[in-house]
This record gives sequence, C-alpha cells and structure tokens, in this order.
Amino acid sequence: MREIALHLLDIVQNSVTAGASLVEIGFHLAEDGMLSMSVRDDGCGMSPELLARVRNPFVTTRTTRKVGLGIPLLQQNAMASGGDVTLESELGRGTTITARFNTASIDCLPLGDLAETLATIIMGSPDKPDFSLTCSSPAGEMDFSTREVRAVLGEEVSLAEPEVVQWIRDSLREEIEPILGGIMR
Amino acid sequence: MKSLAELEAIRKATISKINVRKENEAETVRVVVGMATCGIAAGARPVMLSFMDEISKRQLNHVTVSQTGCIGMCRLEPMVDVIVPGHEKVTYVHVKPEMVPRIVAEHIVNGRPVDEYTIGAAE
Repeated sequence: MREIALHLLDIVQNSVTAGASLVEIGFHLAEDGMLSMSVRDDGCGMSPELLARVRNPFVTTRTTRKVGLGIPLLQQNAMASGGDVTLESELGRGTTITARFNTASIDCLPLGDLAETLATIIMGSPDKPDFSLTCSSPAGEMDFSTREVRAVLGEEVSLAEPEVVQWIRDSLREEIEPILGGIMR
Repeated sequence: MKSLAELEAIRKATISKINVRKENEAETVRVVVGMATCGIAAGARPVMLSFMDEISKRQLNHVTVSQTGCIGMCRLEPMVDVIVPGHEKVTYVHVKPEMVPRIVAEHIVNGRPVDEYTIGAAE
C-alpha cells in the first residue's frame, strides 16, 4: 500500500463484513506529528481467541483461501514509522482498531487521498452501514456523516449514484485539505 | 458539511434518471471492480472513480459500477469485469485510470471489447 488512506479502504471492509450499522472513522494529527487513524464499528466483534490471532497473516475468516493480509500490512507500515496498531473487540459489541503513524518519520506513508477513499467506501456499501468521518489537527477539525447525506437524499436516491459519489469526494477534498493537507503527499 | 443545497439539486436531477433505469432494467450494463487487499494495493481505487467520472460525464444511465472481493488472480489486479446483457462477460486486467475512457467508449458505448486489455491478451 502506498497511502494510509488505502489501508483504510482495505480494513473498513472488515467492519462491513462484520455486519456493522455504524462505522466511525477518525483521523487525528497531534502537534508532535503523531497521526492516529481509528475505525470503530458496532459489528459482530471477535472472541478473545480470534482477537489474539488476527495479526497473523495466516489467520482469516474467509473460506476461499488461508491468508489475510489487511491487518498485518497495516501493522507493518505503522511500525515502520515508529507507530503501532491496537485492537479492541468484544463479541456482539463491535471492534475498534487504531493505527498510529509518526508522520515525522521518513519511513511514514503519506496520508493519500482520503476523500477518494471515503467516496469509494460509501459507493461499495451504499445502503448499510452508515459511515462517519472526523478529522482534526492543530489547524482545525471537520466532520461528515452519511446519515446527513441520506437525510437529504431520501429513500429513492442511492448513495452509489455517480453524481452523489462525486459530490462526496469533492466536498470532502475541500474540507480535509486545510486540516490534513500537510501530510497528504 | 459543505453545501447540502448542492446535494438537494443532485437528488432532484437523479430521481428521474432512476425511474428510466428501472424501466430498462434488463439492459443494465454492469462494471465490477475487484477491491480486496490485492486490488486496492495494485491501484483499483482510482480505476473505480475513473469509471464513475466517465459514466457520469457521458450520462450513461444504464451502467452500474460495483465492487467485488479477491477472485484469486491477484497478480492481474486491478481487474474489471464488464457484463453486457446477452454477451459473455469480459475481464480486463492490469487496468489503469488512463485505460478507462477507451473501455467505456469502445466497449460500453459501441459494443466492441478492447481486446488488447483483456485477460485473454495478458495470458
């Protein structure tokens, strides 16, 4: 993966597969350059046994083949910058994964196109779950929620309509740039 | 959030299109992009958005874009299936955003698959 935003696109799928109804995504950049990316869902959660094993690339819940690289690759990149990945999960309650990156490190990935990632995530799961995004840095903060978009669009218009996806991407780009623009590229 | 008024305008413009699409459901062309870890790492996200942009630019109301997981040929990602009703599925491999306008114009609009981009040409 060449961007932190691509890791997000990848691991959010885990929350969707877990049957979540709300997925809360957060990016928080501290004064000292530490970036934390968190994904909290209210999906099916994991047993303590599975939770202890998910960082292993040879552990996956899918049945088509025996490898799952999403979390191991994320952990590798977080650690390469001097950060880490923490996981909390409870069966029936949901899972929270937090990856921390030291953006001051030469080995840290750029944040990348977070707006395009969000648009792609929403397009891929337009009906359920709802997604929210909050970004903050010393420069300011923003938040976004598909619930608000749904409230305007009503029942008939899907969030996967091309014009809606473009609106999401373009308006998020405008809002994220002033806050996290410094670590995007 | 930025202008929700703009979104309201999009809603109004889209509703009529959706009704037309419902009447012609049997003719819907499906574009399916592989979006598992392998597809994403190989560059599927900009490919997906390029299809979106091209379809909306050309006002192709009968085309839907969706995502799928890993089908086991990770080395050929990004992969895109184009499924035209009444025709065999065509699989494009190593797709880049620059290839998307041609696939849309030649295959989806004019009905001639771009053979050099297909899995048959790559194998």
